[in-house]
Amino acid sequence: MNLAVTALDSTRGFLSPSGAEIVFVLVGLAVLGAALLTVTTKQLVHAALWLVVALGGLAIEYLLLTAEFIAWVQVLIYVGAVVVLVLFGLMLTRAPIGVSPDADSGNRWIALGVALAAAATLVTLVVDAFRSTWIDLGTVAGSTKANGVTLFRYWVLPFEALSVLLLAALVGAIVLSRREKKEP
Amino acid sequence: MTTTLDALVRCIAVLLVFLVLPLVIGQTEHKVMAHMQGRLGPMYAGGFHGWAQLVADGVKFAQKEDVVPSGADRKIFQLAPAVALLPYLLALVAIPLGPGDLLGQDLDAGLFFVLAVMGVGVLGSLMAGWASANKFSLLGGIRTAAQLMAYELPMLLAAASVAMAAGTVSLTGILGAFHWWWVPWQIVGGFVFFVSGLAELQRPPFDMPVADSEIIFGAYTEYTGLRFALFLLSEYAGILVVSALTAVLFLGGWHGPMADSLGWLWMLLKTFALAFLVIWIRVTYPRLREDQLMRFAWTVLIPLSLAQLALTGIVKVVIS
Repeated sequence: MNLAVTALDSTRGFLSPSGAEIVFVLVGLAVLGAALLTVTTKQLVHAALWLVVALGGLAIEYLLLTAEFIAWVQVLIYVGAVVVLVLFGLMLTRAPIGVSPDADSGNRWIALGVALAAAATLVTLVVDAFRSTWIDLGTVAGSTKANGVTLFRYWVLPFEALSVLLLAALVGAIVLSRREKKEP
Repeated sequence: MTTTLDALVRCIAVLLVFLVLPLVIGQTEHKVMAHMQGRLGPMYAGGFHGWAQLVADGVKFAQKEDVVPSGADRKIFQLAPAVALLPYLLALVAIPLGPGDLLGQDLDAGLFFVLAVMGVGVLGSLMAGWASANKFSLLGGIRTAAQLMAYELPMLLAAASVAMAAGTVSLTGILGAFHWWWVPWQIVGGFVFFVSGLAELQRPPFDMPVADSEIIFGAYTEYTGLRFALFLLSEYAGILVVSALTAVLFLGGWHGPMADSLGWLWMLLKTFALAFLVIWIRVTYPRLREDQLMRFAWTVLIPLSLAQLALTGIVKVVIS
């Protein structure tokens, strides 16, 4: 939107990465490793905790892209709320210490296929969309102010549509969890 | 070179604050509780009114054997205290002590940063509760999670109200925009935020997750020695962070007479007044039952914080 995009900057090469870029790749590898462990570990609670590592790593990636606001929201929502909810559910139902007997699903190969297809689609899309454009992060493009301006000036309709969707989900959850009162 | 040195000095200063002030709060709690209950509290260690009692406690904890139950998940059990404690150290980095750049690091989204890392701290309790292989610990962990989910929402809404009033989520920016009439304007939000903060710290009257008469000590039942001490320290560090944050958001932080030279003193005074209130509430109020706890969050605090949000919006539109 308001990023300083310079197409085909010949002074930037893949072979002379800056420190931040090296860190970005390393953190990315750590996120990938944690994500793989999340789906392959046989202990359910460990899977949830590896998910914390993966999501926290993603927050660091956002920070490296100077998107500070998004990074903290990522920590607040995913690590602070979603994973806590997952752990709560696991503790309330079944989470033995040690190997969970039913942690393996028969669908694992199908799941792998779907995951690989989704990853291939996304990587192709992103690579094709950006190719060799260079986004200059020198001016803080991901500050809270820039995010707010972009969100409420150019993306108001999707934002409102999402909020209606979430409201519908909320109402649906309440309806589903309400018990019908039996007639006396 | 000077920037490196500057960063180093700031890190050390934050670390010192983190190591000293929670202990001061702990010692204050010893003495205040004792006097409110008509007794003396620790009087001998160190000579003057037992000031060295907490140091002696620390030495005692360090000497104890570090026991890990045989059925426990060792790694997670051992990692949990660090996960509980470190977020509060990180949170302190962003909280301004005085005007200008008297803080660890000025963050663009400082408010979100502090709230986010505080949410991570609760993961430590959950890990401890699950990994201990103990029914009471597990019950404590479940109660912690339920409580966190119920009280996180009003806390965020109350904080959002201040952010709306100031038009920024940077803590220094919020303090920069502060006027004295914000205190009555945001008083409901301040109440909601402080009470939710208490609940997040599992302090009485919201100490259902560690209710000693029912589930021994909740998630921390199986811990001994230094790891147990780290959990205790994280509780006091949490009091410090919640008090300081409430002071910054709702009481104007370093604002006060002669704020340019005495700003840090005002901030410390407000923080410690709130910390005293935390202790006072602990001595005064009985523990809420689990259903009362949940009802209070969903039927009192959330409507109150929404009303505050609406009021903030209306006033903001009227004065702009």
